[in-house]
Parts: sequence; C-alpha cells; structure tokens
Amino acid sequence: METLFSVTVGVLTACSVFLILRGRSFPVVVGITMLSYAVNLFLFSTGRLTIDGAPILGTNTEYADPLPQALVLTAIVIGFAMTAYSVILAVRTRGEIGTDEVNEQDSGESSR
Amino acid sequence: MNLFYIVFAPMIGALIPLLLRRTSRPVKTIATIAIPISCILVAWPLAQQTLAGDIPTAIQQWLPNIDFDLAFRLDGLSLLFVSLILGIGVLIVLYAHYYLSSKDNDSRFYACLLLFMSSMLGIVTADNVLLMWAFWELTSISSFLLIGYWYHQSDARRGARMALATTGAGGLALLAGLLIIGHIAGSYQLDAIFAAKDAIQAHSLYIPALILVLLGAFTKSAQFPFQFWLPHAMAAPTPVSAYLHSATMVKAGIFLLARMHPALAGTEFWFITVTLIGLITMLVGAYFALLKHDLKGLLAFSTVSHLGLICMLLGIGSQAAVIAALFHVINHACFKAGLFMTAGIIDHEAGTRDMRKLQGLLKFMPITATLAMIVTASMAGVPPFNGFMSKELFLDQALNQHLFGGLSWFVPVLATVGAALSVAYSIRFIHDVFFNGGYKELPKQPHDPPKMMALPVLILSLMCIIIGLLPMLTVSGILNQAVSSVVLDNITVKLALWHGFNLPLLMSAVAIVGGIVIYSQRDQLFTFNRQFEGQDAKHNFERIVQSICDSANKLFTYIDTGSLQRYMALVLISVIVLVIPQLFEIVTLEGSREQLPVDFVSIVGASVLMVAGFATAVLHRHRFIMLMMLSVVGLVVSLSFAHFSAPDLAMTQLVVEVVSIILMVLALFFMPQKTARASTGHRVFRDILIASLIGGIVATLNYGILTSDFETISDFFIANAKTGGGGTNVVNVILVDFRGFDTLGEITVLAIAAAGIHKLLNKLKPFMPSSDIDGRPWHRIKHPLMLTNVANLILPMAMVVAVYIFLRGHNLPGGGFIAGLIAASAMILQYIANGVDWVKERFNVNYQSLMSFGVMIAALTGVGSWFFDRPFLTSWFTYLKWPLVGKFEFATALLFDLGVFLTVIGATMMILSNFGKMTTRHRPRQEGN
Repeated sequence: METLFSVTVGVLTACSVFLILRGRSFPVVVGITMLSYAVNLFLFSTGRLTIDGAPILGTNTEYADPLPQALVLTAIVIGFAMTAYSVILAVRTRGEIGTDEVNEQDSGESSR
Repeated sequence: MNLFYIVFAPMIGALIPLLLRRTSRPVKTIATIAIPISCILVAWPLAQQTLAGDIPTAIQQWLPNIDFDLAFRLDGLSLLFVSLILGIGVLIVLYAHYYLSSKDNDSRFYACLLLFMSSMLGIVTADNVLLMWAFWELTSISSFLLIGYWYHQSDARRGARMALATTGAGGLALLAGLLIIGHIAGSYQLDAIFAAKDAIQAHSLYIPALILVLLGAFTKSAQFPFQFWLPHAMAAPTPVSAYLHSATMVKAGIFLLARMHPALAGTEFWFITVTLIGLITMLVGAYFALLKHDLKGLLAFSTVSHLGLICMLLGIGSQAAVIAALFHVINHACFKAGLFMTAGIIDHEAGTRDMRKLQGLLKFMPITATLAMIVTASMAGVPPFNGFMSKELFLDQALNQHLFGGLSWFVPVLATVGAALSVAYSIRFIHDVFFNGGYKELPKQPHDPPKMMALPVLILSLMCIIIGLLPMLTVSGILNQAVSSVVLDNITVKLALWHGFNLPLLMSAVAIVGGIVIYSQRDQLFTFNRQFEGQDAKHNFERIVQSICDSANKLFTYIDTGSLQRYMALVLISVIVLVIPQLFEIVTLEGSREQLPVDFVSIVGASVLMVAGFATAVLHRHRFIMLMMLSVVGLVVSLSFAHFSAPDLAMTQLVVEVVSIILMVLALFFMPQKTARASTGHRVFRDILIASLIGGIVATLNYGILTSDFETISDFFIANAKTGGGGTNVVNVILVDFRGFDTLGEITVLAIAAAGIHKLLNKLKPFMPSSDIDGRPWHRIKHPLMLTNVANLILPMAMVVAVYIFLRGHNLPGGGFIAGLIAASAMILQYIANGVDWVKERFNVNYQSLMSFGVMIAALTGVGSWFFDRPFLTSWFTYLKWPLVGKFEFATALLFDLGVFLTVIGATMMILSNFGKMTTRHRPRQEGN
C-alpha cells in the first residue's frame, strides 16, 4: 500500500510539474492546483497511513495521527485561496496585456 | 543617565528643526543651537569628575546574549572629543545660520547635522565596541546625507556616494576586526578588551584583526591610499566641511586608533604600518594641497596631511608621541574649522573660491584677512600660535624614534619636508587671496561678512592664540586625562611655547624657510604636475564602481530574462541537483515499519488518480477537459483521505474541490479555451525529464517516510483533547484550541487573499467572449428552470447541514472550515442558478464585513481569555442543560470556530461572487468600491 501511495503522489507531482512548466497561464494555474493536492497528500502521509482509525475519541482503539490532518486541513483552505488568487491574476493579466503568455514579451508593454 | 542625554539628545533633537519647518530661520537656529548647549551643560559636572580622574559611566542592557549593551563612558579621551564635537558644533550651527541661502532647506540641514553630531558623540563615548561600531556606521550614513545636501548637484551626489562607499566598506572591515578582538577578549566592553591586551597580541588572529581595524580607521581618516574621498566631500556646504574636517568624521578614525591603542599598539606591525602610512599620507596630502586652486581643495588635502601627522604620532606610540597627537587633534580642530569658515566667507562674499581668480582682497575684507592670517599661521606652525607647539612636539618625536634602525633618520627629514610643504600652502592661502596684486573683477563685490558670521572664526582664532600662549592653563588638564586613558597610566603633561634652542626648533626654522622657497617656486611645481593631470581619483573610483555595476547588470540580465518558464525550470533543476546526491547517501530507503496490505479499493482509486493526473497534463491544450480531469483528481484525493482515516480532510477537500472548479470554469470563460501548440519537441522533452525526475524524487522521499517508524508528538493531543479541550474530534480540537493561534493566522491569510482578489478585480477589463469556441452564441436562457428549482430546494437543506456540521465539529468530523465551505457552495449555487440580481434582492450581505467580522470574533475570543488572566486563546468549556435538547456542551472554542466559519463564508463568497459579477452589469468599474 505504501508503495502504491508514494507512486501515486510521485505521478501527481510529475504531472503538475509538467503543467507548471507550460508557457500559458491557465495550465500553470491548474498545475499549481494539482501540485497542492499532491503536496497535501504528501504532508498528510507524514502521519503514516492508517485505515479505520479516524482520530475521533471513543470510536477506535488506535488513532491516526491527528496533527498532520489538522495542518493539511488548513493547507487545503489556504491552497484554495492561493489558487483563486493566481487564477484571477491570470485573468487580470490577460485583460491587461491581451495574452496569456507567462514569458515576457519583447515588443509588448508587459515590462517587469 | 546624563551620558545618555548627551548622546541621544541631539538624535531626538534632530526632529525639532523638522517640526519647526514652517518657522523662520532664527527660531530654528536657536532651537537647534540650544541642543548642543544643553549637552554641554549636562556634560559639565561629568567633565569635572573626569578631570578629577574618575570615569563616569552609564549602562543599559540591550542585547545581553551577544554582550551588546548601551554602555557609555566619559574618560579623558572621550571628554576631549566630546568637547570638540559639542563646542565646534555650536559654532558650526551659528555659522550655518548665515551661510545657508534663503533657498536652502535649513530644517533638513540642521536635522542632519544634529544626527551626525549624535552619532559622533556615540562613537567617542561608547564603552562597548559593538555600540561604537553602530554609531560609526551612523556617521557614515549621516555624513552621506550632509555631503549630498545639495543633491541637485551631481558632484555633491557623487562625493556623497564616494564617501559612503569608502567609509562604509571600511566600517564593515572594522566590524569584522572588532568581532575578532571581542572574541579573543571574551567581551566587547572596553575595559575587558584592554585587560586582554597580551592575549590579543599573542593570538594568531591578531594581525588580521589589526589590519581590519586599521582599514576602518584609515578609510574614515582618509589615510593613504584611501585619501581620495575626502577632497570630493568638499561638495558639501562649507559648514559641513568645516565640521567634518575639524572635530568629527575624519577625527573618528584618529579616535579609533587612540581608543584601540591600549589593546592593539606596541607591536612591531603596529609601529611600522601606522607610522609609515601616516608619513606617506602627510607628504602626499601636503603635496596635493599645494597644487589645488580651489580654497576648499587646498584645505581638504591639508586635512589629509595633518591627519597623517597625527596618525604617524599614534604609530610611534610613546607617551610623548600620544601627548603630541592628542594636542594636535585639539589644535587642528581649532584652526581647520576656522580656515574652512574663512574659505566659506570668501566664497560667500566674493562668489568664488578659485585662487586663480582671487587676489588683493585685503582692502575689501580686512577683518576676514586678519582672522585668516591667525588661523593659517597656526596651521603653518608659526609661533606663538598653538599649531607651532604641537608641530614642535611632532618634530621632536620624529627625531627621537628609532623604529627603522639605521634608516630612522629619514623620518625626521621627511617630517621637515612635510612641514615645509605645509608652510608653503599656508602662505599660498593667504598670499594668493589677500595680496598678490590688486583687485580683479569677481562675480560679487567682496566685503566683510556680517559680524555674527565672523564670530565663530574670531572665537576659533582666539583659541589658537590663547592655547598657544597659555597651554598649561587651557588644555593641560584635559590632555592629562586624555593621554592617561590612552596609555593607561596617570601622567602629567608639560607644555611650553619655548623649549630653548634645540634641534626641533632648527627644523621648524628650516621648514618655514623651505616653505617660503617652495611657494616662490610654485609655478615650476604646477608645470611639473601638469604631466600627471587627467589621473583623477574620482574617475578611477567611478570607473571601478561602474565596472562593478556593469558586471552585476550582466549577471542580472542573464538570470532575469522575464521568462517564468525559465525561472521555474532553473528552480526545479537546482532542486534536482541538490537533492539527488543526498538521496544517493541513503543506504536502504525502506524502513522497518510494517506495511499495510494493498486492497482492491486502493488499487482502483490510485489508478483513477494516476490516469486523471496524466490526462490533466496530456490534455492541457483542451482546457475544459483538463479542468474536468482535475476535478476527478480532487475527488479521488478526497476519497483517499476518507479511506486513510481522515474524515475531516475528506470533507474539506470535497467542498474545496467544488468551489475551486467553479472558480476555474468561471476563469476559463475569460481565457482562451484552447492552448496553441507552442512548445518545441525539444522543450517538451526537457520538461518531461524535469517533471519525471521531480516526481521520482518526491515518490522516493514519500516511500522512505511512509515505511520508516516514527515517534509522534500527537499522543499529547489525543490524551488531552477531551479533558483539556472538551471535544472528541481531535483534529478540530487541535485547530480551534491547541493550535488556535495558527488557525487565527490562517483565516487571516485567507481574508487577506480575498481582499487582494477584490482589489485585483477592480477596474479589471476582462476579455469577454460573446460566443463559445465554435462560434455559437451563448444560450438566451441564462437561468435554466431545473437548476433554479433544485438550487432553491438545496439551499435550506445545505444551510441546515452546515449548521449541523458546524455544531458537531468539536466531537465529530466537521467544524468551521467545512461548514463555512458548505454554506458558501450552496450560496454560489444560488448565484449560478438565479443570477446576481436575484440573490441581491433577497440576501444583501456585505461579504467583506462578514469576513472581517469573522476574523474579529476569532481574535476577540482569544483576547477574551486575558480577562480571566489566561494566555491568549485559552479555551474554556462547560456543560449546559437545555430543555428538550438535554445536556449540551458549550466551549469558547465554538465561538472561535464561529469566527472561522464566518471568515470562510465571507472570503469564499467575496472571491466567487465578485468574480462572477464580472460577467454582469455589476462589474466594479471604479477604484475603491
């Protein structure tokens, strides 16, 4: 199971890194979003994998590590905020510059 | 405490002229001058103690763990410099009052001057070398402001920059040196360093430390080969030059040599370096002083020369040499301040300081001429003025040193040459300006200055005479203590104008005659020097600075190409390069932890996840499909959280997934629907390679972590969740109780992101497609009936669920984050189904206020615990009996969670509803709504 989990995280990471390296803003934003999923899975797994051990007192005898869960929970919400911010930045950039290229244009006014 | 006043009153007082900006200049001048005068009054009783042999100190702990205290002392050496800084400072302010034109910003000038005064006072009274260094840097900065006071002139800016670069670099060297010394001595307090003299000098790092400290001193004091910055600092207003050259700034380097003398001097290296550098500087300075046509340029190089003289004396380091050095510090301050003020008066009243244009001013400016002659005679070392006495002492020391064995004779010879040059440029200063034939046409009709403007010069020239005639009455007391604090011994100074017929007197005579001869032959010297012109220190300095800037620019343009793709690739490649060698170090990756068996559900889930991930990446040019694939990824991630015992995460992920996909679909409306094929095969191959390597690294690391055993710190949370936090859902208790402060931070971040998005949407001119990608116009029915009905049905149910999830959160999966997201997504559905207008009519809530309100509730809950004398965010809970409901738990954590709940709703709705409004007529059009 551990192998399967880590391979999945690796594949997700690889796919999102590929997207992040694209030259248009939208795939980059999608890449960031997917990367945040992969990162969340990774962080979550630092508490190791447990089945049937939800950290609700009184329901089980062995509990999964609650601390990474708490951290990842906020990370998911913050990740949403970041996705939202970057996607709207992308829309705004397109509105201002007229293109969704992420590289500086030589002729355009999109100076730094 | 009084010592603190002396140092910090000018610093705080620097605000006074700024506050009095709108008043007239006399008011500002009086207010400014009152500050150093008050310092003098405060220093007076302390000075009596110092003169009696005590050392007043004051200490205030600051950063005790690095031995950095606000420690001040007023020993003899400090007192000598404090008197000069304050005394001449008063005269400078008075002089500046008349010197500055009505167009100059006098408030800024006075403020900078006071700041500078304060930093100089800090250097000379600091009892801790780190503190001394801090003030040292402050003088660099404040002198930069003063030299660049007329910042509209390019040479002022350049001079200021050069001074800052040179003395700033020296300051860094000094810091390194002081750190080494402090490290050896085990303390940064002066007394401890003095006591550790032998340990310091025996240490293998003594030479490097000494070189670093000397670099600091030599750059500040403009010693060879760093003399170049001082003449360019002439671009400053004359009062600044007068102050910088007489009592402050350049004297800081001399002060440093004297201050560190007890700890560093006495070795062969010190003797040879300091003496030789001083000697060379003295000669070089004197030579160039003679060649300058600018009055201030002449004086600047003469300062360089005289500082070299003092430096050389400190290098010799015998008791008599130290006496001569410190005595000359006083004398030089008196005559040099006077000379600069004279030069300023001539410039002010005649309109030029070029000696080739000035001549015969005696009849127009008799008072100025008389005063100038007195101070110049003192500089030249003519009896009976004070300069003569210290020069005699200097020549005597030059004769009596035996540092260079059989070659020691060259020191007195060169000293006499230097003295002769000094006489020559002094004569030039007087003769060229006030005599040398009749009056020539000048930019202004010259005349004597206002009496009060000449007053400071009068006082200084009187000082020159009185100290010269009555040295024992005037300066011997302060010199006794000053020299004592340098040689760490109680000594009594004996000064007299007349030492009888001896060799130094003969040398003085030779110097005066030689000076007259040199002056009369000056034309040949000018002709000789013309061959070397064009090699200006300024150009060399600028060239070096320019080449450093150029190479920095080149590097910058190489790295910063403006391509995000390139940056990302560089960052990722560096990650690969840095991490892979570390992975090689791991012998066995697999840990000893018992692994879970693979079950069928997991295989299906993982396969779907991987396929969807691949599809997202591969189909990235069909953006809508890519988004659908992304939503599959998010969904399966949520399921895997559920599978691996994290119900809270699963719920959060699920709702966030919904909200973010809606957001992205909305964004896609404004974006191109497809991506053109832009990347070359080459590029794609490179990206696949990087992506696979990164993915491989992450998978490896994750596998390593997952299979190894670990000690969790969560047992504490599990054990205390119920008893301490009053809840059984440990994750929620961590969020709202144990780590409540983190959560508070996180909802604040969320709120800030939402506010940022709100701002980004302002004045946004989105690209609005009128048809879909295939050219079909949008459907005219904007709100389909089915969706509207379903949405209306769902809303109340979703709200009930949200409240339920919220309330049970403390004990069962749920809580503010999840409940907030559920409520928000139900609201968003309303927007989608019925449109902005419809929602606005029925539910007009300002999401911004809601969000701020949420953060406020959370923060106030935390503050609430202060009223019960508990730390921030301590939670409290009790059980209430409600009719019908029964036993009900109430925890303040629930209140905190309410804050979270409201913030999440507010932020999410603010992001989505504002963005959604972009497609409607409610689009914000103006800044600030």
